[in-house]
Order: sequence, then structure tokens, then C-alpha cells
Amino acid sequence: MEIVNDSRLLWAVLTPLVGAGLVMATGKRPNLREAVSFVSAVVLFGIVVSLIPAIRAGQTLTWTLFELLPGLSFTLRADALSMVFALVASFLWTLTVFYSAGYMRGLQEHAQTRFNTCFALAIFGAIGCAFSDNLLTLYLFYEIVSITTYPLVAHHQDEEGYEGARKYLVYLTTTAKALILPAMVLIYVLSGTLDFAHDITTGILPAGVHNTVVVALYIACLLGFAKNGIMPLHHWLPGAMVAPTPVSALLHAVAVVKVGVFSTVRVMLYVFGTDTMTALNLGLPTAWFVSITILLASVIALSKDNLKSRLAYSTVSQLSYIVLGVALLTPHGIEGGIVHIANHAFSKITLFFCAGAIYVATHKKNISEMDGLGRAMPWTFGAFAIASLSMIGVPPVAGFISKWYLVLGAWDAGSIGLMVVLLTSTLLNAAYFAPVAYRAFFAAPPPGDADRQYREASPAMVVPLTITAVLSVLIGIFPDFFMQFVQAVVP
Amino acid sequence: MTSLSPSGGLPILSILIFAPLIAAAVALALRSDRAVRWWAFLSSAAIGLFSLLLLREFNPAVPDFQYVEHKVWIERLGIHYTLGIDGISLLLVLLTTLITPLCVLASWRYIKDRVKEFMVCLLVMETAMVGVFAALDFVLFFIFWEAMLIPMSVMIGVWGGPRKVYAAIKFFIYTMSGSILLLVAIIALRMQTGTFNIPGLMNRPYDPAFQLWIFGAFFISFAIKVPMFPFHTWLPAAHVEAPTAGSVILASVLLKMGTYGFLRFCLPITPYASVYFSEAILWLSVIAIIYGGLAALAQSDLKKIVAYSSVGHMGFATLGIFSLVQNGVTGGALVMINHGVSTGALFVAVGIIYERLHTRELGAAAGLGKQMPGFAGFLGLFCLSSLAFPGTNSFIGEFLVLGGAFAAATRIALWAVPGVVVAAAYNLRMLQRVAFGGTNNPDHSGVSPLDFREVATLACFAVFVLWIGLQPGPFVELMEASIQNILNIVAAAAPGATDAAVALQ
Repeated sequence: MEIVNDSRLLWAVLTPLVGAGLVMATGKRPNLREAVSFVSAVVLFGIVVSLIPAIRAGQTLTWTLFELLPGLSFTLRADALSMVFALVASFLWTLTVFYSAGYMRGLQEHAQTRFNTCFALAIFGAIGCAFSDNLLTLYLFYEIVSITTYPLVAHHQDEEGYEGARKYLVYLTTTAKALILPAMVLIYVLSGTLDFAHDITTGILPAGVHNTVVVALYIACLLGFAKNGIMPLHHWLPGAMVAPTPVSALLHAVAVVKVGVFSTVRVMLYVFGTDTMTALNLGLPTAWFVSITILLASVIALSKDNLKSRLAYSTVSQLSYIVLGVALLTPHGIEGGIVHIANHAFSKITLFFCAGAIYVATHKKNISEMDGLGRAMPWTFGAFAIASLSMIGVPPVAGFISKWYLVLGAWDAGSIGLMVVLLTSTLLNAAYFAPVAYRAFFAAPPPGDADRQYREASPAMVVPLTITAVLSVLIGIFPDFFMQFVQAVVP
Repeated sequence: MTSLSPSGGLPILSILIFAPLIAAAVALALRSDRAVRWWAFLSSAAIGLFSLLLLREFNPAVPDFQYVEHKVWIERLGIHYTLGIDGISLLLVLLTTLITPLCVLASWRYIKDRVKEFMVCLLVMETAMVGVFAALDFVLFFIFWEAMLIPMSVMIGVWGGPRKVYAAIKFFIYTMSGSILLLVAIIALRMQTGTFNIPGLMNRPYDPAFQLWIFGAFFISFAIKVPMFPFHTWLPAAHVEAPTAGSVILASVLLKMGTYGFLRFCLPITPYASVYFSEAILWLSVIAIIYGGLAALAQSDLKKIVAYSSVGHMGFATLGIFSLVQNGVTGGALVMINHGVSTGALFVAVGIIYERLHTRELGAAAGLGKQMPGFAGFLGLFCLSSLAFPGTNSFIGEFLVLGGAFAAATRIALWAVPGVVVAAAYNLRMLQRVAFGGTNNPDHSGVSPLDFREVATLACFAVFVLWIGLQPGPFVELMEASIQNILNIVAAAAPGATDAAVALQ
């Protein structure tokens, strides 16, 4: 593998940071401000796309920002795994800028400048995580994401907002400080470095470390990146739904939660390595542990009438697919897990976009009030239906690809039990998503609604959600775009 | 002891010690408050710039004392005027000289009465503080050590808050009783060895029992100064009542004298006892970290939050120092500097709030960020620094301390982790309330934004927060040889003390 220094990584990370500064500076002129956000997003996406040929050629790009002490630095890296996350996050930011403008203006929200600034900063953190070359850099950007999303969750500054945001910060910073920080220090003491390995097998821990210590470190890392939503440390995510919907969409379906699973996957594969995980038999127990989350979260989702809550629990469940896949430690399992980072992102952001569009157009939050709305808002509910199919795993929508690989991976691992878990969760997914679209299109509207003329939300919102729905189908039909990176991760 | 005398024989250390005293004398002759303020600022800034000369010819590769000056003072008693610095004291001298002008700036509007006397106190303090860090003769050290007490007590007692006299007396009695033990130890050492020369006292084969007694006296004296749990109760009172500049000096420099004492005297003079007691002190440090954090979390007075946070931070410093491994001690020394920067900055920030709202209640300051967004930005940076956010100065210090402590005593070090979490909790709580909390508070309507002087003061702190945070290498290099030297002495006196680290590797 060829390692090349490339300053484009620096520009990629700086773009959203500078964008945030400019957004703050242009706050008094909303159109200009939104234009700045959009330009930053496009530039960022352009830079990430420009990295594709090098990564395809098998290179690993790095760029050292600051060398603190020997073995301890802030360094960026782009490899195949980073690209999956970076491409998704940067592309979806471009769409979210429009959606967000439509949503925030549609509801005449306050403090839109602060909102947009923090949004760009959160993307800064997410891109930084994607491009981290070592655990220290990952930890830095992970914490940046936690801090900068706080004002977004507490945006409404009412009691509910503060409560949700407090829970959010308590869960995320406590786990990071109490588990990741000591694990990181100990890994540094043991191995003298925090740099990720260059393939997924070896890991960086030296031979001869006591097994108990390795297992303790592993558990600390699995639970410490609590943004991955693994139960029992998932409560922050439903709580964070008090945030405006663009935040729920991009951050709590894509950027923030994917930072969590991405970090988990990165550490599992590039700090511990598949050899160590196999030797200590950490894979299947992890898979079974997250299976609890997959099933339980789906059952909870079934019981939620509030659409955003249902989506939140669905996210909790789907994130654990990713961890499950990687924990299978078989090539298919790892591929299925990683590609689900992308597949889940496109579909889940569509669902949240739809929830926000419904709220702006009708001020309805509960599924039980949405009977018959599909006729008034065909685009929105059509997109919702497509994304639901992806979540369930129906071909040819994106989610099918992930599930296919996951089931194959479970088969390779010889675990019929985990295949049953995956199939059961598919049924549960169908049980909580299908009724939403069904009721919207086929149930009769409640009597009070019959004479009210609901219409689609503004095009700023409907166009992005249509695009993400179409893309969910396209990456299901043409899965190679992401699979080429995913397959490069697994040797 | 090698005697290096660079800079063409210019006695830089003596100049740094006595220049503030001369500046104070000049200040006494000035009439108007305005002139006094400007004079104090310009003279201390000039001294600060002059002190940077120390960096030019300091050789970080050797552990010897440098810029050594030596004059016989009272020959009959064997007392000499000996000065010199190594890597550790160099950074502390620079911290002192650079923070003094910022203290003058922070007092610009805060001090309204008896400006002249206040500035004189501040400058006299500077003399004593630099003297403490530069003295290589024990009697000289003790004189500077005691000389600090008076201007500090006066600062608290005259320009302090409502309970200023109580706080000043408590501070004075506490530190004074520590000093008496220090004096006893100094005399005992003199009777044993016949010298007051500090380098000459190091690395001698003292009897272990003698070491334990000396260490005990040293320890109580320095632990009060740090302050370590359970000797910390003077600190919140002194901080809360002291004016901003007093709090900054107290936090940034005075507390460091305790940990400096551990590094300069306890480890090299009584290495056996240091190893003997190290586990107990590690436990005390952990208690300080957790206790200080929880106490800070329970406060609603901004200054008390920062004051108790000092107890926790200094717990990290002592945790690192008594881990007795290179990483840990380096981290501990770095925490000393970092705490000086971050906590000093937080006290200045609290002072800025107090000047505007005339209260230090967290509730009253809630939502101030809306009126003062720039201030909220600075406060955010300093709070993040205080909670050891990666990329800020405290992170690297705490990281090394934890690394050292893990290597030396994993079980004890794990107990420091909840302290890290609590530190995040109280800092974020304070930041959240001030920057983001509450709704429109009518009291905040007339609040003026930061003026140029305030921005400049805070910016100076911010530069160091990020500088040490992102490029700690040069700072660590300055101290490396000196710390290695100290650890060599410890290892020679108590073989096996540092084996724990090797075993874990």
C-alpha cells in the first residue's frame, strides 16, 4: 500500500470550518448566508470527490496537522473506509443546506445564524472523524461533534430542549471521557503509538498484552463511542429529537451517529484488528450483544406514535447492523456492515426529510394523525415509501444490498442464530414502517381534515427528499460505487 | 555544580528579581491613578519581554542549573546569594513574568481605590515570586517564600470582597504554619550537612529515617500551598474574596510553588521518602481530583467553581509528579503551567462578568453570551481548556499524567477517570449557563461588549492555550533533561521504584 502526503485533506477539513466562520460573518443577510453554506458544502464535496482516483489506485493519503509529541499527533488520513463516510456526509450536506433553509424559514425559527454555524462546525467534526489517522485525532473530532451539536439540539431553548440537550451531552461526553480517554491513554502506554494500522488484520496492540486488558479496552471502545447508539447507552438519541428536523436528518441519521459507528468500526478493525478479535473470540459475542439492540429498538419503534421517535429508534436499530456486520469478522459481514453506513444514510435522511416536510406543511408529528395525507403530499409520502422499503431491505432499494451481505456474512460465520436475528428484524422493520405509508395513502382522512387543503411543503424541502429517495434506489441498483471502496477495506 | 554564566555576565535573574521592586518604588512617587496604571503595565510588560532573554541562551540539553549567580552574603552563617534556574524553574519564571502585566490589565477598572498601593503590592509580589523560583540557597528561598505572604494577604485583605479579612487571615495562618515546618526542615538539613546550598543538598545519602522526617515537614508545607486535600480549605475563601488579579496570581503562580517544592526539594533531597510515601500521595491526589471536581459542580458562585476546579487540577499535577515516571512527571510539570494559563484566564473572565453585573452568581450571568458573543467565545475556549479538551493545553498535560499514572499504578489511576468526567461536567455547566442558558435577562440590557483592553488580555491567554495545546514539544523539551535528572536521583536512591513502569511495558 502506498502512502502519500496530500494537502487536500487539510483543505477538506478546513472548508467547513472556514464556512462556519463565514456563515457567522454573513448572518445579517440570510440569502448570502445560505449561499455560503451551500458553497462550502459543494467545495467540500468536490474535494472529497477529487480524492477518489487516488484511493481507487490503492493509495492512502495522509497529512499531519500538528505533531504533539513522538507517537502523538493530529494527523489526517484518507483510505477506502474514510471515503465511504466522507462521501456520504459531504454530499448529503449539500442537499441539507436547501432543505434546512426551507424548514427554518418555513417555521420562522429563531437564531438561524447560530444554527447554520453550528451545523457547519458539526460537519467539520464529522469530516475530521472520517479522515482521522489515529485515535487521538479521532477523539478530538468526536468531541468537537459532541460540543458543536449541543446548541443544535437545544435550539428551541425551552425546557424540553434543554432537557434533551443535557441528556445528549451527559451521555456523549461522559462515555467519551470515562471510557475512550482512559482506553486511549492505556493503548498509548502499551503500544507507544495511537496511529491506526494500515490493514484490518494486525491491529496496533503489541503481542504479550494480557488478554483481560485487551478485552477491557475493547469493551471500553465499543461502549465509549456512545454515538453508535448501542443499548443501553442509546437514550441520548431519542432525546435529541427535540432538535429541528434538519438536525435530526443530517446529524442524527447521518453525521453524528455515523461518527459513532464509524469510530467503532475504525477502532475494531484498525486498533484491535481481526486477528486479535478472532484470537480472543470477541466477534460473535459482540454480534449477539448488538443483536439485542437491533431487536429491542425495533420493538420500541413499533410502540412510538410520534414519527420522529419511531425514526430515532429505527436508527438505533439500524446502526447496530453496521457493528454486527463488522463483528462477524467475515469478509461479507464486514462489507455488509460498512456499506450500510452509506445505504442507511441515504434512506434514513429521506425519512427524516419527509417527517420535517410533513411537520412544516401540516404541523403534525404523530403517525396516527397522518391518515390520508399521502394524497395531498404524494411526493413526500412517495419518497417515504421508497425509503421505508430500503429500511426493510426490499430489492432493489439500497438497504437490500446491506442486508444481503449481512446475511451472507452470518452464514459464513456459521451462525444460524444471527441470520434469524436479521430476518426477524426485517419483519419488525416492515411492521413499523409499512403502516405509515399505508395509512397515508389508503386510510380515510379524519373528519376534521377533510375540508382542510394540505399541500406539499416548499420545493426547497421536497426536491432534496426526492433526490435522496431516487438515490436510495440508484445505489441499490448500482451498488458498485460504494462497494468498490468497501471491498478495498477487506483484503 | 557547573556554573554557566552566559549573556556576557549580565545577571539576568537578579535583574528580573529586583526590577519589579524598583518599578514599585517609582510607582510610589507617581501621583495620578492613571499614571500608576500605565507605569505598572509598561514596566511589568518590559520585564516580561526582558525575561524572554532567558530562552536565548538556555541549554535544554543539560540538566544543570544555568544563569547561575553566586555571592557570599552572610559568611558566618553560611548563607549565600545564589540564583540559578533549570528547565522547570525557567518555565515558571516565564509564567510569572508574563502573567504579571496581564494582572495589571485585569485590574485596570476593577481596582478603583488605592490604585497605587495595589500596583505596588503586585510588583512586590513579582519580585518574591521570581525569587522563589530562582533561589538556589535555602535561606534565600525561604526569605522570598515568606515575602510573598504579606503582599498577597494585603491584596486579599484590602481590595477583597465582603469577607476579606477572614479570608486574608485564614490564608496567612495556613501558609504561615506550613512555612514554620519548612524552616524546621531547612535548619535540620543544615545541621546534617552544613550547607544551605540547594543543589549541594540533593542526592546525598541521608539516613532513611531522617529523610522521612524531612519529607514530612516539606510535604505538609508544600501540600498546604498546592493545596492538596485535606489542606485546601483556605483556597476557596481566598479566591472568592481576592480581587481578580489576586486570584490570577494565586492560581497561576502561588499554587505552583507547592508542586515546585515537591519537584525541587522532595524528590531530589529525600528520594527514599518520596518513593516510600508515593502511593499515599497518589491516593490523596485522586481524592483531590474527585473531591475538587464534585465541589466545583455543587457551586453556584462562579469564582468558587474555578477555585475548586484548581484543587482538582493540582491533584493532576501531584498525581503526575508522584507517579515518578518520566511521562507522569513531565505531564505534572506541564499541568502546572497549563493550570496557570487556563485558570488564570477563567479568573479574568469571571472578573469581567463581575465588573459588569456586580455579582458572581451563575444564575445571574445566565444568558450573558447573547449580549457578549465574543466573550462567550473566549469563555468557551477557556472552559474547554480547563476540561482538557484535545487540542488545548490541558489535554496534553493530563494525557501524560494519566499515562504516567497508568504505568506506575494502574489501579489508582483508574480512580482519576471519574474526575475527568466531573471536570467536563462543571465546566460545560458553567459554559452552558453563561453562553447559552436563560432567556432575556433585563439586567443584561446595558451590558457593554468587551473593550480592547479586555480582548487583548483574554487573547494573550488564548494564544498560550492553543500554542501549548498544539505544539507542546518545545515546552516539554525545556524540562526534559531536568526531569530526567531528578528521576535518576530517585531511581538511584530507591532502586525498584520505577520498575513498575518497565514491568507494564
